[in-house]
Amino acid sequence: MEENLASRTAIGLLACLAVSVLLVAVLSGCGDDSEGAQTPTLSFFVAIQPGGTIEEVSKRCSEESGGRYEVEPEFLPTEASQQREQLVRRLGADDSSIDIIGMDVIWTGEFANAGWVEEWTGPLKRKATEEVFPGVIETASFEGKLYAAPFNTNTQLLWYRKDLVKQPPRTWDEMIDQAEELGRANAGTIQIQANRYEGFTVWANALIESAGTQLLSGPETVDLAEAPTTRALEVIGRFANSSAAPTGLSTSTEDTSRLAFEAGDSAFMTNYTFAYASAQAEAPEIGKEMGYARFPRVDANRPSKPPLGGFNLAVSSFSENKDVAFDAAACLAGKESQLTATELDGLPPSRSDLYSTKVVTEAYPGFAQLVRKSIKDAGPRPSTAAYQDVSLAVQRSLHPPDKIDPADATSVYDELLEKVEDAVKREGLL
Amino acid sequence: MEAHAERGPAPVSERTRSERRLAWLLCAPAVIAMLAVTAYPIGYALVLSVQQIDLRFPDEGGFVGFDNYSAVLSSDLWWTDLFNTVFLTVTTVSIELVLGMVIALVMHRAIFGRGVVRTAVLIPYGIITVVAAFSWQFAFSPDTGFVNNLPLISEDMDWFGGRFSSFAVIIMAEVWKTTPFMALLLLAGLVTIDSQLYEAAKVDGASAWQRFTRITLPLMKPAILVALLFRTLDAFRVFDTIFIMTAGAQDTESVSILGFNQLISRLNLGLGSAVSVLIFLCVLVIATFYVRVLGTRVEEGRPVK
Repeated sequence: MEENLASRTAIGLLACLAVSVLLVAVLSGCGDDSEGAQTPTLSFFVAIQPGGTIEEVSKRCSEESGGRYEVEPEFLPTEASQQREQLVRRLGADDSSIDIIGMDVIWTGEFANAGWVEEWTGPLKRKATEEVFPGVIETASFEGKLYAAPFNTNTQLLWYRKDLVKQPPRTWDEMIDQAEELGRANAGTIQIQANRYEGFTVWANALIESAGTQLLSGPETVDLAEAPTTRALEVIGRFANSSAAPTGLSTSTEDTSRLAFEAGDSAFMTNYTFAYASAQAEAPEIGKEMGYARFPRVDANRPSKPPLGGFNLAVSSFSENKDVAFDAAACLAGKESQLTATELDGLPPSRSDLYSTKVVTEAYPGFAQLVRKSIKDAGPRPSTAAYQDVSLAVQRSLHPPDKIDPADATSVYDELLEKVEDAVKREGLL
Repeated sequence: MEAHAERGPAPVSERTRSERRLAWLLCAPAVIAMLAVTAYPIGYALVLSVQQIDLRFPDEGGFVGFDNYSAVLSSDLWWTDLFNTVFLTVTTVSIELVLGMVIALVMHRAIFGRGVVRTAVLIPYGIITVVAAFSWQFAFSPDTGFVNNLPLISEDMDWFGGRFSSFAVIIMAEVWKTTPFMALLLLAGLVTIDSQLYEAAKVDGASAWQRFTRITLPLMKPAILVALLFRTLDAFRVFDTIFIMTAGAQDTESVSILGFNQLISRLNLGLGSAVSVLIFLCVLVIATFYVRVLGTRVEEGRPVK
């Protein structure tokens, strides 16, 4: 009898649970329909910026639209792979609740090929690309078509300690020599980003590009010329196996390297422009000794190709208000917004004509032109729909960096070539 | 229990029949919900796994038979990751079993503050895995962590820079987190043992160790096996801790992370589903193994009761 009662209660509970699950589903389905009177609300999915850029530009553009639209920011995490993860899950399910996407430079090929973002044409296209660095326009394009309005861009500089380093190094080899000379006890280490994540691909790609070759020459064509690639791998191997490699190299990120530099542990660091303002605020003692130079070369006779980052603003193909979304995206990515991003979050503008404005020269005291030149000469990561595969292939074959023998990098070269070739064909596990 | 044996098969009355119908009716929502949330996704994964399907290339696709499976099974990566997963499962579950047993015995014997002790032991299990993984990662990181300041540990020790030191930290974090769960399941088995058995053994002059091995362990076998089954299945799907600590670097990747990479990073649903189905088969093998072992043990245990 008792058993019977217990099982009945259990069934009752389960039934209750099932009913309430259904109810919740129905109710939340209804909630979305409550649209504002006339003004459409555009949701803007974008990485959070701690300085408040996104809130500021969303507010300004909504006001300027005179009631045509209201931009509502929806924040994504700070890490690129986590942002992408959330976006692809929604876009893969044809989610119409996204109108404008803050698209990382490396997602363009993928999102465009999947049919998730709209092409920019005509006067909108002209406006969005006006005065923008050609390399940055490339990152917003796929197979010759523009899919987003360039917003902020980004690049890495070499940061060094003026009190420890007299002459900033021009090449990676010089930098490793200088660091070894200083010795580990005297901050003789170089901070980079070598955790197994996208930041590692950024670094490896910059070295391969600086050596004079590239990962891909077309969306599905592998380049990776043997001599320059091997040269780049030798530099990676030499650094990772030298005393210039900091403890924890294989798990370092933008943030850990910044923290270590601010703590005075390292005389050198390659990192994005945010590192300067951060050091001034967090560690003024180190900040005042902080020097800057261009991303070092691999080949002494060939200018380096620094990394290129940043966000472009795309209109989702599943948006129910595409027309206004284009206008809003154009405003959000416009001149004024780019300057807001520089002022509040230290992000470099994608328009080259803004580098002599007061906002930019104040954000980058003394190095605004260096940033501009670095972006102009940058070596972007490959543009392909299978970008994630290529990036995984690079990480799989080159990580941890200390596995590369600087005296003989050919076996790692063969592995890299094979993995990247599989990646563009999208074959096998990665 | 005895009442059941005496009753015998009663003729099915009209009332019983209508009660049964009502029972089915009441079950239906739950059964439908279960089918919708478990059977459908598993079936769909099977369908996807025999197709070439990639969200980034909507124009491609089609039936490819077992190509995805052969791509997975012929890859070194799958076998390395499977080895890692099995290695992690066996080590963490063994350590948890021993520690869990000790904690269960302590909790069972605790004379005062029972509630406090039991709650305190459960705290690690109550912490979200991702949060726990981050905490341990920070603790072991060479720049922010306290671990390298402990005696006998080099200040420059880069825990996540090598395969075995990474595994050591991952295993430690997993054990720290899930031992309480193991202890709780074992405690549930422990309380069912009649204390008279111990008193009788004491009178007969059995030592504490003899009482543990001759009474506690045999009578707890069903509870131990249930605890092992739950924990093994759980440990085999390990994802969060590794994802946070190394993201699979230094050859510490588990099969779940491999599946994640194919499905979420690459959006290669065909290949990713094949990995998922293979993980599902592994889990099925583990479960079958335990249930069969469990079944026989329960039968063995019965006469003693």
